[in-house]
Amino acid sequence: MAVTSMNGVGLRKRPLDMGTTGLGVAAMCVLAFLYLPIITLIIFSFNSSSITRLPLESFTLDWYVKALSNNDLMTAVWNSVLVGSAAVVICLAIGIPTALALDRYDFPGKTVFRRLVILPITLPGLITGVSMLTFFRSVDIQLTIWTVIIGHGTALTAIVVTNVFARLQRFDRRIEEASADLGATPLMTFWYVTLPNIRAAIIGSAMISFTLSFDELPVTFFLTGRDNTLPMYIWSVIRRGITPEINAIGTIIVVVSILLILISVLLMHSDNQKAGPVKP
Amino acid sequence: MKHKTRRTLNFWALFSAPALWWGTVLLVPYLIMLSISFYSRQFPFHVPDFQFGNYAILLQDSQYYDVLMRSLWISLSVSLSAFVLSYPLAYFLAFKVRSERMRLFLYTATIVPLWVSYLLRAYTWKTILGSEGILNSFLMWTGVISEPSTIFLYNQGAMIVTMAYIFTPFMVMPIYASLEKIPVSLIEASKDLGAPRFMTFLKITLPLSMPGVLAGFTFTFGLSIGDFISPILVGGPYSNMIANVVATQFGMAMNWPLGSALGVVLLFIVLGVITASDKLERVGRLNMG
Repeated sequence: MAVTSMNGVGLRKRPLDMGTTGLGVAAMCVLAFLYLPIITLIIFSFNSSSITRLPLESFTLDWYVKALSNNDLMTAVWNSVLVGSAAVVICLAIGIPTALALDRYDFPGKTVFRRLVILPITLPGLITGVSMLTFFRSVDIQLTIWTVIIGHGTALTAIVVTNVFARLQRFDRRIEEASADLGATPLMTFWYVTLPNIRAAIIGSAMISFTLSFDELPVTFFLTGRDNTLPMYIWSVIRRGITPEINAIGTIIVVVSILLILISVLLMHSDNQKAGPVKP
Repeated sequence: MKHKTRRTLNFWALFSAPALWWGTVLLVPYLIMLSISFYSRQFPFHVPDFQFGNYAILLQDSQYYDVLMRSLWISLSVSLSAFVLSYPLAYFLAFKVRSERMRLFLYTATIVPLWVSYLLRAYTWKTILGSEGILNSFLMWTGVISEPSTIFLYNQGAMIVTMAYIFTPFMVMPIYASLEKIPVSLIEASKDLGAPRFMTFLKITLPLSMPGVLAGFTFTFGLSIGDFISPILVGGPYSNMIANVVATQFGMAMNWPLGSALGVVLLFIVLGVITASDKLERVGRLNMG
C-alpha cells in the first residue's frame, strides 16, 4: 500500500505521466482509508490507556486477558459458534437441493421462486428480521436461540443457492450421463460424480455463510431471546461507551475471519473454479 | 410417459422439503408482515383489520415524512461518496496495474475489509471521531486545536462517512468488473482518432462502465437505507432513519401495524431501486446498440 512502491513492479513500464501518478495516489489514498480504521482498531487493542486517544501509551496485553476472562463475552462467542454451525447446516440442507432443482428442472413459478429466494440477501436484513418476528409471534413460538438459528438459516441460504447454482451451470452434465450409462443409480451418481464436482462451491459458500452468521446483527436483533450472540454482546457494550476490550476481541475476529477467507479462497482455487464466491 | 412421471417424482423428492421451508420461513412471514400493516392498533395490542390508516399516518405525520426524506437523502449521499471513492480505485486497478498478481492482490485488499465485522467497522469510527477520540487527540497533540471539538461525531456527516466507509467495497466490485470488460481496442481507437484522454474517458470508458456504477449504487443505496446500526452509533439526535423507526415500532413503541407499514414501504423502496437500475441498464444497452 506504500505510495513509494508505485513506480515499481506491476505498473506500466513507460514513463509515468501526471495523470497516472495522480490516479495512483488517489487509489492508494482510498485503500489507506479502507485500512486506517482497521489498523486503528488493532493498534489500540495493545495500548494500555482505557481511552482510545493519541499519543499512544505503553504496550499491554491486558485487554486480551480481560476479554478472554469475561464470562458474558465467552458465552456470547460460544452461542455465535453454535448459531453459525446450525445455520450452516440449514443453509446446506436447503440450499443444495434448491440449487439442483433450479438448475435441472422447469416448474411453474420458477422465475418468481428464483427472485423470492434471493430476497433475503437483496433486501435489508431488518426486513427478514421483522417479518420473521411477526411470523414467530403469530404462531406463538417463543424467541430463543432456535429462532435466531432459523433466522440466520433463512437469511443466508441464498448464498449457498447462488454459489452452488453458478457451479452447476458450468458443470458438464455428460459425465453424469456416463455414470448413469454405466449403471449407477441416481443417488450413486449424485454422491460419486455430482457432489465431488460442486464440493468447492459448497465448502466455500458454507464458510462464507458461517462468517456472515458470526457477524449478523439485524436479524438477530429481532429474533433473539435471552441468549446473546457475539455481535449482540458487542452491540450492547458499544452502545454504552468505548472500551479497548472490544478492540481486543475485534482484533481476534479480524485475524480469524481473514484466515477463514484465505482458506476458502484457496479451496475454491484448488478446484480450479474461476468465479469466486458470490457475496450479497 | 413413464420417464416423465419418474422425473416428476424425482423433482418432488428433491424439491418438496425446500419448497416447504421457503414457503414457511420466507413467503408466509412476508405475507404476515403485509397483513399486519393493515391492522389497526388498540393500545397495547393490535387487532386484525383492513384499513390504510398506517400508511396514511406515514404521509400525514411530518415526523415520518421527514424520516423518509432524510433516509433517502443520506442513502443517496452515501452512494455518491462511495462512488467518488471507488471509481478512481477501480479505474486504477483495471487500466493502470499491468501485473496480474499485483492486480489480484490490490483487488483482494479492497474486499478484505468486508470480512471485518460490520459492527466493529462502525465502532472504530466512533473511537476516531469522538470528542475524546483519535482525531481530536491527534489535532490537539499537533497543536491545530486547543480544545476537543464535538463537531466530528453525532451528526449526519459522521453517519455518511461511516456508511460510505463500510459500503465502498460493494461499489468497487461491480465498477471494476464492468471496467475490466471494456475492450482496450475501443479506447485505442478513440486515441488514434485524436480524442484527448479526457474525451475518451467521457465518451467511451464512463458510459461503458455505467452498468457497474448502477449496480454499485443499487447495493450501497439498499444497504444504507436498511441500516439502523450506524445511525445509532455515530448519528446523534437528528439521524433517525426509516430502519430506526421500524426497529423502534417493533421494540419500545410496540406499534406493530405502523412498523409493518414502514417495513413494507422500505421493502418497496429497495425493490423499486433494483427495478429502476435494471431498467436503466437495459435502456443504456439498447442505446449503445
